[in-house]
Amino acid sequence: MDAERHSYRVNHLAQLESEAIFILRETAAQFERPALLFSGGKDSIVMAHLARKAFHPARLPFPLLHVDTGHNFQETLDYRDRYVADLRAELVVAYVQDSIDQGRVQEEKGPFASRNSLQTVTLLDAIEANQYDACLGGGRRDEEKARAKERFFSHRDDFGQWDPKNQRPELWNLFNGRKHHGEHFRVFPLSNWTEMDVWQYIKSEDIPLPSLYFSHRRDVVHRSGALLAISEVVEPQPGERVEEGAVVRFRTIGDMTCTGAVYSEAADLDTIIHEVATARQTERGTRADDKRSETAMEDRKKEGYF
Amino acid sequence: MTPLDDSYLNMDLLRFTTAGSVDDGKSTLIGRLLYDSKSTFEDQIEAVEATSRKRGDERVNLALLTDGLRAEREQGITIDVAYRYFATPKRKFIIADTPGHIQYTRNMVTGASTANLAIILVDARTGVIEQTCRHAFIADLLRIRHVILAVNKMDLVDYSEQRFTEIVEDFKRFASRLDSIVDMVAIPISALHGDNVVEKSQHMDWYEGPTMLYHLETVYIGSDHNHVDARLPVQWVIRPQSDEHHDFRGYAGRVAGGVFRPGDEVVVQPSGFSTRIKTIETYDGPQAETFAPLSCTITLEDEIDISRGDMIVKQNNPPQKGQEIEAMICWFSESTQLSPNSKYYLRHTSKEVKAIVKEVRYKVNVNTLHKIEDDKTFRLNEIGRISLRTSAPLLYDSYRRNRATGSFILVDSQTNETVAAGMIV
Repeated sequence: MDAERHSYRVNHLAQLESEAIFILRETAAQFERPALLFSGGKDSIVMAHLARKAFHPARLPFPLLHVDTGHNFQETLDYRDRYVADLRAELVVAYVQDSIDQGRVQEEKGPFASRNSLQTVTLLDAIEANQYDACLGGGRRDEEKARAKERFFSHRDDFGQWDPKNQRPELWNLFNGRKHHGEHFRVFPLSNWTEMDVWQYIKSEDIPLPSLYFSHRRDVVHRSGALLAISEVVEPQPGERVEEGAVVRFRTIGDMTCTGAVYSEAADLDTIIHEVATARQTERGTRADDKRSETAMEDRKKEGYF
Repeated sequence: MTPLDDSYLNMDLLRFTTAGSVDDGKSTLIGRLLYDSKSTFEDQIEAVEATSRKRGDERVNLALLTDGLRAEREQGITIDVAYRYFATPKRKFIIADTPGHIQYTRNMVTGASTANLAIILVDARTGVIEQTCRHAFIADLLRIRHVILAVNKMDLVDYSEQRFTEIVEDFKRFASRLDSIVDMVAIPISALHGDNVVEKSQHMDWYEGPTMLYHLETVYIGSDHNHVDARLPVQWVIRPQSDEHHDFRGYAGRVAGGVFRPGDEVVVQPSGFSTRIKTIETYDGPQAETFAPLSCTITLEDEIDISRGDMIVKQNNPPQKGQEIEAMICWFSESTQLSPNSKYYLRHTSKEVKAIVKEVRYKVNVNTLHKIEDDKTFRLNEIGRISLRTSAPLLYDSYRRNRATGSFILVDSQTNETVAAGMIV
């Protein structure tokens, strides 16, 4: 009996993988035109890896959609193109620059301008133009308080908005993706994963990552409590402290204007996992976009942010 | 830095739910578990400290760690199911944090549906009250096998052993009528001061049992899945249509019960065709077996027409098959009511059918467990037994036997809302 019990044990990573694959397949089955939101960040990389496993040996039954702010790290774009080629997946890119050129959004002015909030409009436009009815996102409930109540199948009205009081209950393995015309869903297969789970999974599956996640030297500027990489879109202002060749890495990867680096010597997965285990700040603590107010994430979610 | 061994890649996962009213200190308990197990981050603690100061709280209010949405912070109550995550070196935990007041019965049912264990909180001053019984009833109804009776606020009854024993006896008298709960442990705690939550209490030498965290880390949950009745609801058919995999037909799904191995004789329901399992396919190569709750892809020896909603089972162990369904339900909708002849979509495993309510047998007064037979209409949060007729046969087991093949939801065909959770009797 003990031997039998032992053989049916499923460890935490296998349980989370099994659940995420179930959600990915359910999305393919319940929706007509799903897409997987791919940013080149580790969560979307893990999601694409899980999708590959879910539909093996067939190709992914949906495209990858990248919302390009135009302020991406070049390393991210290079990685994206390599990974997509390896997956033999279809890639659709929606450009924030196009939304600006079409007058759909106004670019923020001044030295601290960020295109982060503009992404929402570009995303919603891309959803409408391509008639996507479900977008798979890499959001996790442990990331931020407003996400703790997010569903796997998150219903959005025809304005793309999230209403925290009008979400469908999710019981057992039963997910209700029924919708009216014009409505769509965001689907989060990694809902139950923590940052640590993601790193452990990357290690146990040996998934390649963009080099930004590993320790490297970079010129940075200290701005509102974050370390931003100096680039053509982040230029040091008078009075700001600049550090040349700082030894840093990124815990999350997003728009260059709001993704902060952390000091780190962690150059491989084992040291990163050790660092995450002993970290005293959440990974969103490095994100300038969440620092705008205590309910910043909740407000952005309601508007249709991931 | 010392090299890490790989044991951290191989931990157990325990899902538990917490039920208790605002006043029972549920949020404080969860905050205490997160805080004392060092699962909180500096920026979270700083935010909570700042908020506590702003509200004029005397001490850092750990309950604020788990307060999610703005409306809740404003009202000082939890209004939905929130999921929390923490880990110790032994296990990872997912908490379904649900409010305990009767108006949130549906949230408790939701949280309980995926839980291995339920923590039922009792205020040591008030003891077992109506809502304690309601929480135990819901845990039993949803077939949660492991229960912790957490007798909280022991500091306010002078850490009295006698008081604790009285409460445990009261609870056992009630819980003896509930047969899903096979394992109940009672723990005297003070969530506010941390007694017996993570650290052993200095005030209750008379208590020789485990702390709450120790119990959560060690309770045996290995047999919670059904590994007897082989059930694979087909979720998706994989057909690569490439030169390399020209004839490949993979049947993908999450094993809902039992074990499957290559060579096993299987029957595809509802068609009834039998064949053998050829391979269990994964991206990492063929596997020797698969079992609940793993997601898998299997190929079969014979070409059979199989689609989503079909179920692959073992030859000599079929599920029940029928269109007349008896079930316990919990009603979830604020805006509509269920009554005889109401029609819905019914989702069960990977299948969706239409269903009509044939009869309302009874409702349950969830505080007293008395049957109500003279009111045939279900309103928000009400629980009871109905009979349904479905437009096509369901392949099912009783919920008691298998949570995955014995559960369903009802969906309103007008609003598309999920309006009920069902457990097949």
